[in-house]
Amino acid sequence: MVQVRLSGTFKSYAGGRDAFEIEAANVRQLLDGLGEACPKLRPILDKGVAVAIDGEIYRDSWFQSLRPDSEVFILPRLAGG
Amino acid sequence: MPRDDVTAETRQSFTKVGTRPLRPDGVDKVTGRARFGADMAAPGMLIGKVLRSPHAHARIRSIDTSKAEALPGVKAVVTRDDFANRTDELRDILVNVMAREKALYEGHAVAAVAAVSAAVARKALRLIEVDYELLPHVIDVEEAMRPDSVLLHDDMFTAGVDPVPDQPSNVAKRCEFGHGEVEKGFAEADIVIERSFRTEASHQGYIEPHACLASVGADGQGELWCCTQGHFMVRDTCAALLGMDVSRLRVIASEIGGGFGGKTTVFIEPVALTLSRKAGRPVKLVMTRDEVFRASGPTASTSVWVRIGVTKDGRITAGEAVLKYQGGAFAGSPVEPGAMTAFACYDLENVRAIGYDVVTNRPKQAAYRAPGAPMAAFAVESVVAELADRIGMDPIEFRLKNASREGTRSAYGPTFGPIGLVETLKAAKAHPHYSAPLGNNQGRGVASGFWFNFGGQTCVSLNINIDGTVGLAVGTPDIGGSRASMCLMAAEELGIEYDRVRVIVADTSSLGFNDVTDGSRVTFASGMATIQAARDAVKKLCARAARMWDIPEDAVVWEGGYAKPAGANAGDFQPLSLRDIAAAAAKTGGPIAGHWEFNAENAGPSFATHIVDAEVDPETGRTSILRYTVVQDAGKAVHPSYVEGQFQGGAAQGIGWALNEEYIYGADGKLQNPGFLDYRMPVASDLPMIDTVIVEVPNPGHPYGVRGVGETSIVPPLAAVANAVSAAAGVRLTSLPMSPPKILAALEAEKGAQAAE
Repeated sequence: MVQVRLSGTFKSYAGGRDAFEIEAANVRQLLDGLGEACPKLRPILDKGVAVAIDGEIYRDSWFQSLRPDSEVFILPRLAGG
Repeated sequence: MPRDDVTAETRQSFTKVGTRPLRPDGVDKVTGRARFGADMAAPGMLIGKVLRSPHAHARIRSIDTSKAEALPGVKAVVTRDDFANRTDELRDILVNVMAREKALYEGHAVAAVAAVSAAVARKALRLIEVDYELLPHVIDVEEAMRPDSVLLHDDMFTAGVDPVPDQPSNVAKRCEFGHGEVEKGFAEADIVIERSFRTEASHQGYIEPHACLASVGADGQGELWCCTQGHFMVRDTCAALLGMDVSRLRVIASEIGGGFGGKTTVFIEPVALTLSRKAGRPVKLVMTRDEVFRASGPTASTSVWVRIGVTKDGRITAGEAVLKYQGGAFAGSPVEPGAMTAFACYDLENVRAIGYDVVTNRPKQAAYRAPGAPMAAFAVESVVAELADRIGMDPIEFRLKNASREGTRSAYGPTFGPIGLVETLKAAKAHPHYSAPLGNNQGRGVASGFWFNFGGQTCVSLNINIDGTVGLAVGTPDIGGSRASMCLMAAEELGIEYDRVRVIVADTSSLGFNDVTDGSRVTFASGMATIQAARDAVKKLCARAARMWDIPEDAVVWEGGYAKPAGANAGDFQPLSLRDIAAAAAKTGGPIAGHWEFNAENAGPSFATHIVDAEVDPETGRTSILRYTVVQDAGKAVHPSYVEGQFQGGAAQGIGWALNEEYIYGADGKLQNPGFLDYRMPVASDLPMIDTVIVEVPNPGHPYGVRGVGETSIVPPLAAVANAVSAAAGVRLTSLPMSPPKILAALEAEKGAQAAE
């Protein structure tokens, strides 16, 4: 199980809850699991988010692997200038 | 990075990387041979012009184009009816490109014509009759948030709030970041300072206006030549808006006269393509400077409240901010990155940043270097400076005591890996600038800043030519000298001279998709793809040498530009140079090329610390910048001159934003200063030489340790200049730009307050 934390606007789609335990070995499984655990979040996740894993921000990496003790945050998908 | 075949080790020694050769596009740029967006022409070309709303907010009852269409020389007129409506994520872009039910800001496009000359096109615009129903408007972010404000969109319900509001508003989104218990932290503080700050919208101010040439043939295939930071983005967006197959539209990126984030979207390109498709002829469309100001993206204006508490010995116990950013008439102001970056420089147990994304009757904001971060840093770093002063601690020591470092849980959540903030602070403190004496009416300011940096989708091809020279095709427009950096990295890997590599920015039909040149990503991501493509080519070069020697491929190594037998058992052969192998390519298997495509991640964040000395004339309120030093972590500077150029450019733009630049609106909601005479950007005579110090804390996510450098340099200057001006004037300035009237008013108010005491 991976613990994933929500921030930004995401908590509001999870009824104020900011942490979930998800069975996932990679980012894709994490997003699928989170969408199942919190259906209101699914369209937001499908639209595009960033996933911070152990301090590194990933924007589009479904197959990035996760360890059970990985620090994982769902963050807004940002763009630069 | 998702591909496990990307080398993760950080290389330590270089022969080419870190040198300062001349840029390959330099001669073209200084002789006028370089072709920019407006330089392209085509046989039978028409001139396009856009009719723009003269009103800040109006319902468009009808548009009558019959008289314009009847004018001799007019070949096409387009309005909202020529663009299919959308309900997806491109809806806002479509509505910004061509107004639909309402004109949402002064300058909003409502129609466009293509004619045989600019004169005929302008005359045709005057013949288009638009029936407007004028509506009240709102320009200011705080006013737009009031419950009784004029409403721009009756279907905008604030996202990020649970439950979703049942009434529409101008607040598109609320976001919140942080951790710990903020009130508990403030209770532990000896001193708490809270202040409110304002910043005005500033434009990216690129020298080259938006320009394009579109040509759609009778067979439905199109070509588009344009100045943009991302021609693949332009292709995909335009193809979607016009209902074309992506493969039927080829986009060629011209040279680009600056972008700074402002050319990461489309404005006129879909209009030119639609006009061309309708007219059956090529159409050239070039914005005037007036149009650039009124209708392309400035950044957001903001209202930010900050509260920070410290102990007497200088430990921050809590930080809190409420950030309100208006991003023009559509959702998407950069308040999220503003809220995330606000406290990123500090290791805080208790922190909270709340952001509001607000719409107003202004042009749709576009990204501007580290979007959203400079305004947040202005507020936070101003209060940090004031707190350090209040407790009598050196401002750099104060920052060092509270600085984020490897292992710090960032204010926006994740834990930082290797980062270089502490190194920039120590280098700043050791710099002679920091201890130089100051004169009367002079003050020194310091500020730090952070930006995430990004990677993104990237694809490059590297071709070995018959004479041993190398052609490198990248898909990221060069806006900061990146071609020179690509040449250096390719030359480093191949072991050949810098000038043996030539880089082109390939069109959209020649490479796989490349993300926009933004997020400080090109030297990092295209650079990493170039390194990997060169390594791919080296494998093939070694294989050809092995065939020529009739030995196994793994018995060949590449060293210093030569294939060599690997050890005594491989046989005794004279090394083969890249030139030797290239010359024999036709007989050993045909062309030799390296290729790489990937989605670059692990860009590695960047920090900077700036020092600035300012002098304020108490009689006039005029500020002079006397000295400026940028210290920034580049991970590894591939071409130090262009790294320094990025540092200096960010500082120069930040100085302008801090002192002079602002969008000024009249009571009628119309922009009052849409030109460089009245929108005052700094020129060379306004600035001192900007000194630079490159700090190199390697990014483990890049084979050479590279971090992006293009954006972080604009994050600290607003605050650094404000701290210097405040120190010089003896009064805290909280509103940008710090123009002479504002400084005089602050001085007068301070005098009044002192007299009252």
